[in-house]
Amino acid sequence: MEIGFYPGCSLKGTSSEYAQSTLALAKAFDINLKEITDWNCCGATAAHNLNHELAMALPARVLALAEKDGMTEIVVPCAACYNRLTVTQHELNQSEELRDKISEVLQMPLSGNLQILNVMQFIDKYITNRIEEKVVKPFEHKVVCYYGCLLVRPQDILKFDRLEDPQSMDTLMKKIGADSMDWGYKTECCGAGFSVSRTDIVAKLSGKIVKDASDRGAEAIIVACPMCQSNLDMRRPQINSYLQMNIKTPVMYITQAMGLAVGLSKEEVGLKKLFVAPTFA
Amino acid sequence: MSKIGVFVCHCGENISATVDCEKVAEEASKITGVEVSVDYKYMCSDPGQTMIKEAIKEKGLTGVVVAACSPRMHEPTFRKACSEAGLNPYMCEMTNLREHCSWVHEKGDQTTEKAIDLVRMLVEKTKLNKPLNSIKVPIHKKALVIGGGIAGIQSSLDIANAGHQVILVEKDPSIGGHMSQLSETFPTLDCSQCILTPRMVEVAQHPNITLYTYAELEKLEGFIGNFKATIRLKAKSVDPKLCTGCGVCYSKCPTKKIPSEFNEGLGLRTAIYTPFPQAVPNKPVIDKTNCTYYTKGKCKVCQKVCPTGAIDFDRPDEFITEDIGAVVTATGFNVLKPNFFPEYGYGKYKDVITGLQFERLASASGPTLGAIRRPSDGTEPKKIVFIACAGSRDPAKGLPYCSKICCMYTAKHAMLYQHKVHDGESYVFYMDIRAAGKNYEEFVRRAIEDDGVNYVRGRVARVYEKDGKLIVKGVDTLLGGKPVEIEADMVVLASAGVASHGAEELAQKMHISYDPYKFFAEAHPKLKPVETNTAGIFLCGACQAPKDIPETVGMASGAAAKVIGLFSNSELTREPVVAVVNRIASHEVSTCVGCFLCETACPYQAIVHEEIKNRAGEVIKTVAQVNPGLCQGCGTCVSFCRSKSIDIQGFSNEQMYAEVMAVLEA
Repeated sequence: MEIGFYPGCSLKGTSSEYAQSTLALAKAFDINLKEITDWNCCGATAAHNLNHELAMALPARVLALAEKDGMTEIVVPCAACYNRLTVTQHELNQSEELRDKISEVLQMPLSGNLQILNVMQFIDKYITNRIEEKVVKPFEHKVVCYYGCLLVRPQDILKFDRLEDPQSMDTLMKKIGADSMDWGYKTECCGAGFSVSRTDIVAKLSGKIVKDASDRGAEAIIVACPMCQSNLDMRRPQINSYLQMNIKTPVMYITQAMGLAVGLSKEEVGLKKLFVAPTFA
Repeated sequence: MSKIGVFVCHCGENISATVDCEKVAEEASKITGVEVSVDYKYMCSDPGQTMIKEAIKEKGLTGVVVAACSPRMHEPTFRKACSEAGLNPYMCEMTNLREHCSWVHEKGDQTTEKAIDLVRMLVEKTKLNKPLNSIKVPIHKKALVIGGGIAGIQSSLDIANAGHQVILVEKDPSIGGHMSQLSETFPTLDCSQCILTPRMVEVAQHPNITLYTYAELEKLEGFIGNFKATIRLKAKSVDPKLCTGCGVCYSKCPTKKIPSEFNEGLGLRTAIYTPFPQAVPNKPVIDKTNCTYYTKGKCKVCQKVCPTGAIDFDRPDEFITEDIGAVVTATGFNVLKPNFFPEYGYGKYKDVITGLQFERLASASGPTLGAIRRPSDGTEPKKIVFIACAGSRDPAKGLPYCSKICCMYTAKHAMLYQHKVHDGESYVFYMDIRAAGKNYEEFVRRAIEDDGVNYVRGRVARVYEKDGKLIVKGVDTLLGGKPVEIEADMVVLASAGVASHGAEELAQKMHISYDPYKFFAEAHPKLKPVETNTAGIFLCGACQAPKDIPETVGMASGAAAKVIGLFSNSELTREPVVAVVNRIASHEVSTCVGCFLCETACPYQAIVHEEIKNRAGEVIKTVAQVNPGLCQGCGTCVSFCRSKSIDIQGFSNEQMYAEVMAVLEA
């Protein structure tokens, strides 16, 4: 079985382990994720703040290319990419005028019928029904699932999970044996793009998240967004210095945790790439 | 030859601002058959009406067209004026130049042209009008009140005290409604049960009131003055005639752990139960979904211990039918329940409760006998947070409306808390304090100033549990949007008032309309607050929108007054705008072939079969006839009739064609 795959920039760079683990997990379930030919930037933060048309055209080109490749469904692991692609398709489907205009700019037709799946939706649709038989090494750890902002917003368009208290990741983690705990920072801000320009703000915001997880005895924070992951993981020295603590709770992608549970090796899920190393795996 | 008078109204400037009324009158005077055509500033005023009356007398008018506002408002006014001048009232017609023309178009020639066309149409129609007489129907002077909360209780008592029979139907085992669950009431802090229970007893003992508890309206047919209501009496499994209310059955019932509805899930009840000790009637019912006998087939402990042999497991639901003249709907409201507040953790954290649950905690008849205790561990909360507008005024949650009562009951809750827990600290997060009502503002000030409740203006973003405390994260917008965090022991949500369960279904059964939130719709938001759009069905209390006790009681008495007013007539006068079969030809030569397609089309069951007999008394033909009492004049039968044998009086096909032709030929 083959499904389209849109990595976006993060999965080719800072979070290559997210791509690696997603592809490996899919492969373990005989699913081939095929990269969209000649894909480009999703527009992320920069474009939609500056130029609406450009912010539509960039993701629209990705969608058009996927359609051109004959794909009906694509998996988009990065939360920001997922958000941009879904919002764009929604907006274009709302206005025929806009769609014609963008289609003209792109010089490509656009049907607007592509199914765009984030990692949770992908796992839920293709993997959960077979997960129990495949688990060889139950992920028996206390975890907290961190959703951040983009996975569930804007709710009206994404229609994914509960806005204020999402559950999808928790449900999946419980399926592989994890003790997914209730906590207070599921959807609080990690500091996002301030990662580079105002690391002090990220240290403060991400610090609260990491501290609550650590206070509750979480052995890992499970995420599904490269930006969240890098803020909570790569900025750990700044976080710890802000907190005046030495918190060593690792921040893992859900695909890594699930990969380990179905018997993939540490190397196959790219565990080494994490700055804060998990001690248990 | 028709002599029609056309009277064009300026409606102050409402019409004349965009329509050239003088020109309309002038053009109308040129229409064949128009005897007189004038315009005037306020046609509905006394001089305006006099103008019409005098024209009828002086010119011998056979028909009148008033070109003014919507007939909903002033058709009765002008018809009455015509009738006073000796003209049959149904020879007077109104054309709506205001809502249909001046208000919706810009000033200009085209707008005036349209106004002239509208007048032309009605003139042609009026030429074909026939004098009609209003229909008289008898009234059954018995009222049905649905819902036994304070609204239904008040309405029933008022109607019954006026000397009319009342049937009060309550779906629960006891009357009392939400008010019986409340602890104290604002703004006087008098005990809710103390003022309510005497009324409940009065209802049960009133000679004019027949009370059916554990019963629901099954079907409502008929029309104002002549409804037929079918009521389902749900099987109580206890014979009320034999039961003495001794209570042995529920003290021995082995199924004891059912969350009590009356205590909002904070207390437990048995499978055979009375909702609360002061229930009326104070006789138990068996909850079939939880009773071991009904679910597993054995137990019957209650039957064994009952000293009077009142337990009857095999009794089925019964149906009774009553002829009634008017209905008062008083079905109340509900509060929002779990899963609506994922951010506040309601349903996840035991110590996050609704306002109604707090009422039970604070009530002397509640699970803690009035002591404020945490549901999780039974300890006394030392710090408590009240969140106002939990769901209300939140378009993102789909409830943009204000629930109206929460500001007041939240102030009351905080006050009661401070009165009971002297070393306690209470916080209220609010958007605005809406305390409009007699002594209401003073009450809130008392909570803040005398009882030291901390009011924080701002929303709460999240509540989560940490180390046994509920962390309430919010913002203080009066301190420049400063984030605040409170470690609370208990959180009370002033959850929005929503329509009662099954409100939509009930509205559809009764053919009354409701708003997008399933609250029942009044006929006019200002001038007909207790009427519905269906004649003879009235409403009161929180089934129309959330409201407090004084307002509910006022509205209930208002609805009762309407019913009493209706019952003060010996018969009812109705508009003669109803369908008739072949009103010109006699029955023998009726073109009706008796196919009865009209019968299948009629939503009001108004079509009856009429047998035409010859002199020997043999049936030669069966034709359709319309019961004018039931017919609502919708006209569906007219469009169904294949032989064009049915017409609506006052809106005949002939008249409609004349209107259409008037526009097309102009």
